[in-house]
Amino acid sequence: MGSHVKKKLLIGMVAVALAFGIYVLGRPSRFHVRRPARAELSLAPDFSLPDLRGGYLKLSAYRGRVVLLHFWATWCDPCREEIPHFIELQNKYRAQGLQIIGISMDDGPEPVLDYYQRFKMNYPVVMGNAKIGELYGGVLGLPIAFVIGRDGRICKKHIGATDVSIFENEIVNMLQN
Amino acid sequence: MNRTFDNPKVVFTVWVLSRLLVCVAFAYQTSLIPSSRLISPDELAKILQSSKGETPLMIQVGSHVLYSQAHIPSSEYIGPASTEDGLQRLRKRVEPLPRNRFVIIYCGCCPWSHCTNVKPADNALRALGFTNVKSLYIANNFGADWVEKGYPVAKGD
Repeated sequence: MGSHVKKKLLIGMVAVALAFGIYVLGRPSRFHVRRPARAELSLAPDFSLPDLRGGYLKLSAYRGRVVLLHFWATWCDPCREEIPHFIELQNKYRAQGLQIIGISMDDGPEPVLDYYQRFKMNYPVVMGNAKIGELYGGVLGLPIAFVIGRDGRICKKHIGATDVSIFENEIVNMLQN
Repeated sequence: MNRTFDNPKVVFTVWVLSRLLVCVAFAYQTSLIPSSRLISPDELAKILQSSKGETPLMIQVGSHVLYSQAHIPSSEYIGPASTEDGLQRLRKRVEPLPRNRFVIIYCGCCPWSHCTNVKPADNALRALGFTNVKSLYIANNFGADWVEKGYPVAKGD
């Protein structure tokens, strides 16, 4: 096979892979399941969990802000797809009172810290455990996100990857209340 | 140029595309596991209830935090097989076993097509010569497809 043919073949393969990538990233989520949850409108269980800086984060310290609590892990593809959108939302609505908090369900903090720094995450991330999972009704699949109002009550629960526009609509509504 | 790569979204997109190319090149996806090498939750539950036949060695290849909350009774935690540590623990655990041992691997961390742990575990076991390996097909997640269906569950380490 001539070298120019090989080169064309390689370019073709890369183009197909990129097109596939754009399709995958651009398609709407198929995994969003709205659960009319029993948990909705109940008080979000308070917790104090270790953050990535050696301190502890307490949920109740954020009372008065709208909180998006995101259960995720570095090895979870759908979780990672949501994070750049959350970084944007945090930037966009910080002044109005939005606070996003990530709860990593990784087994240890090393990959989380690496990911946090590499992707310049701009909101706090704490290390989760089985107890916090159970407090929030069982985190037996990722991602799971809770939208919590200024009064500390859970308003929405999203299981699975969720379109960012859904989060944004809910957050905007709650910030105005 | 440097500014472009300061943007987390650009960094993330480049990273995702590079991963995607790797996935395409190395057939990393769970959806590429043939159906003959899958077992459904219902089939596994029947095997667990039955006193006949070989009891499978069941290995959870996901997160310990998820395992601690709920896992299949008598299944063993190995760790995420998407990491080199997890794969090493898996290889070490099965190394002394006969290659025809019935082994079931499962994760349930994410929807099936997004699971990054099962396929590497399946690849590793095949590479070691195991001939009777099944992957538990969990369509959505372990909570929805196993716990909420009422199949047996254990908690803790």
